[in-house]
Amino acid sequence: MSPQDENPPAPASGNSASSRRAARENSEQDERRVQEATETADGELPPPAAEATAPVPEPETDPESDPQERSLLYRVMTGSALVAFLSVVLSLILGGILIAVTDPEVARASSYFFTRPLDTLSAAWSAASNAYVALFQGSVINVRGTSFTSVIYPLTQTLTVATPLICAGLGVALAFRAGLFNIGAQGQILIGATFAAWVGFTLHLPAGVHLLLVVLAGMVGGAVWAGLVGVLKARTGAHEVILTIMFNYIATNLVLYFLSTPAFQRPGSTNPISPQLDSTAVYPLLLGSAFRLHWGFVVAVVATVFVWWLLNRSTVGFELRAVGANASAARTAGISVSRGYILAMAIAGALAGLAGVAQVSGTEQVLTSGVAASFGFDAITVALLGRSSPWGTFAAGVLFGAFRAGGVTMQASTGTSIDIVLVVQSLIVLFIAAPPLVRALFRLPVPGAESTGKRGKKNKGTPTRTPASTGAAA
Amino acid sequence: MSTATTATTAGTPGTGIGGTGTASVRSWKNPIILSVVALVSLVVFALGAPGNSVTFRLSQSSDAIVLPSIVVSAPIVGWSCALAMLALAAIAVLLTRAAVRTPTWLIAVFALLFLVAFLTWVVGSARTPNVALYGLLAGSVTLAVPLIFGSLSGVLCERSGVVNIAIEGQLLFGAFAAAVAGSLSGSAFIGLLAAAVAGVLVSLVLAIFSIRYLVNQVIVGVVLNVLVSGLTGFLFSAVLSEDSQRWNSPPRLPVIRIPILADIPVIGPILFEQTIVGYLMYIAVAVVYVALYHSRWGLRTRAVGEHPKAADTLGVNVNRMRFMNVLLAGVVAGIGGAFFTLVAVSGFGRDMTAGQGYIALAALIFGRWNPIGAFFAALLFGFATNLSNVLSLLGTPVPDQFLRMLPYVVTVFAVAGLVGRSRAPGASGIPYIKG
Repeated sequence: MSPQDENPPAPASGNSASSRRAARENSEQDERRVQEATETADGELPPPAAEATAPVPEPETDPESDPQERSLLYRVMTGSALVAFLSVVLSLILGGILIAVTDPEVARASSYFFTRPLDTLSAAWSAASNAYVALFQGSVINVRGTSFTSVIYPLTQTLTVATPLICAGLGVALAFRAGLFNIGAQGQILIGATFAAWVGFTLHLPAGVHLLLVVLAGMVGGAVWAGLVGVLKARTGAHEVILTIMFNYIATNLVLYFLSTPAFQRPGSTNPISPQLDSTAVYPLLLGSAFRLHWGFVVAVVATVFVWWLLNRSTVGFELRAVGANASAARTAGISVSRGYILAMAIAGALAGLAGVAQVSGTEQVLTSGVAASFGFDAITVALLGRSSPWGTFAAGVLFGAFRAGGVTMQASTGTSIDIVLVVQSLIVLFIAAPPLVRALFRLPVPGAESTGKRGKKNKGTPTRTPASTGAAA
Repeated sequence: MSTATTATTAGTPGTGIGGTGTASVRSWKNPIILSVVALVSLVVFALGAPGNSVTFRLSQSSDAIVLPSIVVSAPIVGWSCALAMLALAAIAVLLTRAAVRTPTWLIAVFALLFLVAFLTWVVGSARTPNVALYGLLAGSVTLAVPLIFGSLSGVLCERSGVVNIAIEGQLLFGAFAAAVAGSLSGSAFIGLLAAAVAGVLVSLVLAIFSIRYLVNQVIVGVVLNVLVSGLTGFLFSAVLSEDSQRWNSPPRLPVIRIPILADIPVIGPILFEQTIVGYLMYIAVAVVYVALYHSRWGLRTRAVGEHPKAADTLGVNVNRMRFMNVLLAGVVAGIGGAFFTLVAVSGFGRDMTAGQGYIALAALIFGRWNPIGAFFAALLFGFATNLSNVLSLLGTPVPDQFLRMLPYVVTVFAVAGLVGRSRAPGASGIPYIKG
């Protein structure tokens, strides 16, 4: 959730090669640590590094003093991975209940509930399980497929849908690490898509160069749109939440306006739709013509690596995180907070612009006002679920991509509205944001509790370090 | 001299929505913005003025008291307004050079001149240079009703130190509950009651997660909006649209007309010909204002929002105070949501609040966290929205899309501090941990 959640920015954490580079930047003082890092390059990782790379930040208590801390089961049970898993399960259960309750078969069976209660229950079970099976088959593996292609087709579909989610989610996550709540991914995607599409159907260039320019134009479009928010925030102190929300609406209307001008509107059409992008301007398909998965997904992976590098291994990233962690302290340390805000928003916008490119140059190949679908808003939940870390966001993007891709199949085959996906997604984020609630519901031990007697209900009100710091991050 | 005060008050990190995070000196901002706007007005409204005259109608011919229409010449109004604005901008420049902050009245007069010039220009350039001013104003108030309820909900939350992004969700759930309960019971008043309960439910989740589990309040708000949108959308397609006669045909709230007062031209219908939701809006603004500034509860609320530790030291239960305020905010926003399904149209539609909750949030900031301020800010947004509706009917040269952008552009200007700096309650957005 917050910058503090992540591993400490100590240069000696992480693996050897990159930590050496990072350490070198810090010159003299860190020479000793550079040696440490190089010494451990082929041997074991030193204890602090091991702690930093563990999925859960260890509590301050000394691992040696408490035998419980070393038990594997205890670690698993207090880990955030389990909380994340249980949050997903809990949300799916709640979603299933919702599906069952609104199912007409269940309603019919419940009219004679007291004579044959099992009928209601089995109807409820089949309603929920049918929906979820359809969801699974639409997003992971189609077990009824006849050929290999049709079996794995859903999986590629998930990755296709996940591509814009990952890109835009990275944008939201990056801004969040700099202490900015970027609700404006939707508008940034739209403007990025507009720029990219214009280059895509107006300029006629050779293959390769054209696509490169399209991608660049999309990034510039998003960066300009978001950078504007950064400038306003830095110069006037206006809150970015309101600004980005308003910029979303402005972007939607702006795109609609563009699509009514001769420069954008498809010749001979009165609808707000652009001409088709040139074949040189679209992403090539990644796995052949049987699948819709395009090279945009590879770009998304590269973007994830880039954001990881930027945040964890670069000076700029360190400055952004410092601004996000404590703007006053960063200012005192000589970091320009205004520059941080503008830069963070611009990069976030460029990433959202990539999502726009993935849409116009990948799946849609034309510009409409609905080209961004609701990816910009889903990106927020993706970033939150990914705890604002690049790879977490990537994973969350794939998960939500699966929900979305499967939701379409589910709606088509069982008639369950795709809106249930929104419900499940938001429930997941809510539960993951409140680990004490999930622990209390499943009676899990609280990390750092001294004895087993203190676990569960009694401790759920205890402030943990994580949420306390998130309040200040917004 | 504003520099010193700006630096000290803006020094606190901007955690609340709209909180100013920079300590920069912005003394030249107002004169520069005013000058630019004045010059643009000169070019567009004066030099580009249509040659015809413009008619503003003040009353219908069927009204009890018929006022004559105002007929003005577009070039004369354009030129006089633009020149007056230039003069005001010059005064602002001179004042700033003398290190005097641009006074609020100057900006207010400037904004009014701009509005008059803009209206005259835009209506004058339309195909039919004739507009019903009474309808424009009445429509603005109607459109502003949910905004005002929403921003009051925000005032209650933020004044006690909880950021409420979930206004949108409260409105939407209120609208949904009002539609369903109203249809099932056949009574609009039960629908209204259900809307309040629904608003409280959303508030309850917000309160539990942000106060009890200390989850970031902005996150909870954003996620709650998605949750409510998904939940109502799902139930709409699974239940409501299956049998809309049974589930989604609520009766409308009757318009209550106060006999003689409603005959007053222009303001009569606005103030005295409303549904119960409209009257409740006026009452709510007054009650929240009085309670917040002139009651023990209000003092405690503000104390908890500004400096929870001090309030705690004096024996106020900070988190209970916040919990109560958030729940109360749910009641207010829920009633505002009922407006959509019991007053505006009869029946619920998917995502029918269409971002009004976010505009309400902007109105709250524009109104500087003050109920009265939020009321007028919401009215301005209602006016901007209604103006864009009316103008697109009149057929103006300005593209439709730009007119629809108007409320959002106004919001950006508003939160960017055109009307002076607005400061969030000190502890807004920060969970309170005792000890």
